[in-house]
Amino acid sequence: MTLWWIGDIVLLLVVLPAVVYLLHGVLGAARSIVPSVRQIADVAAAGSKDLDAVPLLLTTQDQVRQTVAVVADYGGSLDVILDDAS
Amino acid sequence: MPAAGAVLLVIVMLIVLALVVYLVSTILALRQIAAGLDDVIAGVGEIVQKSAPVNDVVTDINANLDAGVDLLEGLLVRKAGMDDALGLVDGLYPGAAAAGFRSFPDSATATPPRIGEVYTKGTLTLARLGREAPIAMANPAGPVLRNVEGGSRAARMLYPEGRQEHAENLPRSPVIGTDAPVQYEQREDIGAPRKRLPAR
Repeated sequence: MTLWWIGDIVLLLVVLPAVVYLLHGVLGAARSIVPSVRQIADVAAAGSKDLDAVPLLLTTQDQVRQTVAVVADYGGSLDVILDDAS
Repeated sequence: MPAAGAVLLVIVMLIVLALVVYLVSTILALRQIAAGLDDVIAGVGEIVQKSAPVNDVVTDINANLDAGVDLLEGLLVRKAGMDDALGLVDGLYPGAAAAGFRSFPDSATATPPRIGEVYTKGTLTLARLGREAPIAMANPAGPVLRNVEGGSRAARMLYPEGRQEHAENLPRSPVIGTDAPVQYEQREDIGAPRKRLPAR
């Protein structure tokens, strides 16, 4: 009978607090991750929104080609009009 | 059932209850994490999808711009000559001549003429159009920049001197007259009848 009481006391004073302490730590760690994940999700969404202007690069690419072509034509005309330095 | 057994059962039930409460809370927190990670993955997927063509497009834009720069540099050097081209660029963008032209590696070591010190930026812009540009014909803001008919000093100052070809200041003319600080002896032969050689 004495051993039973000793086992009860050990369970009550050692095992139960240890279980509660460990589970509380796990729960605290899990809950601390939640706001970080939400912030990362918000940043990813904002980053994705910032890239909405990327398709405009295609317009820039086309205009750069046209500009360089015009410059090339202009340079070709100057090459014909002006004498070389040497 | 002995009292100790009943107490044991109660303690075990407490432990199980604590396990249930904490594990359920942990499961709920993990589900929130999983939902948040789903949003993250969706956002990152959009970023990857939207940024996929950027590299090719930017590379193509840079290639076109490089071709344009090479074309203009080549044209400028061909029409104005390396020295004048460097001077023109350095006049418009001071210090740019130190980097030289990309297509002409030797241009970085050349000494550019001081065009920017003589001509204004607007004139240099005209000068970029060619060597025949009317850089000295007229200036809407005032007189001509240099006398194209008589003046040559401005043109000569465009180019750095390899060696000193003339004195910076000419020697002053001597002061003459009766009150001159230096009196010279009057030569007797001046004004005298010309000596005649003996007849043969």
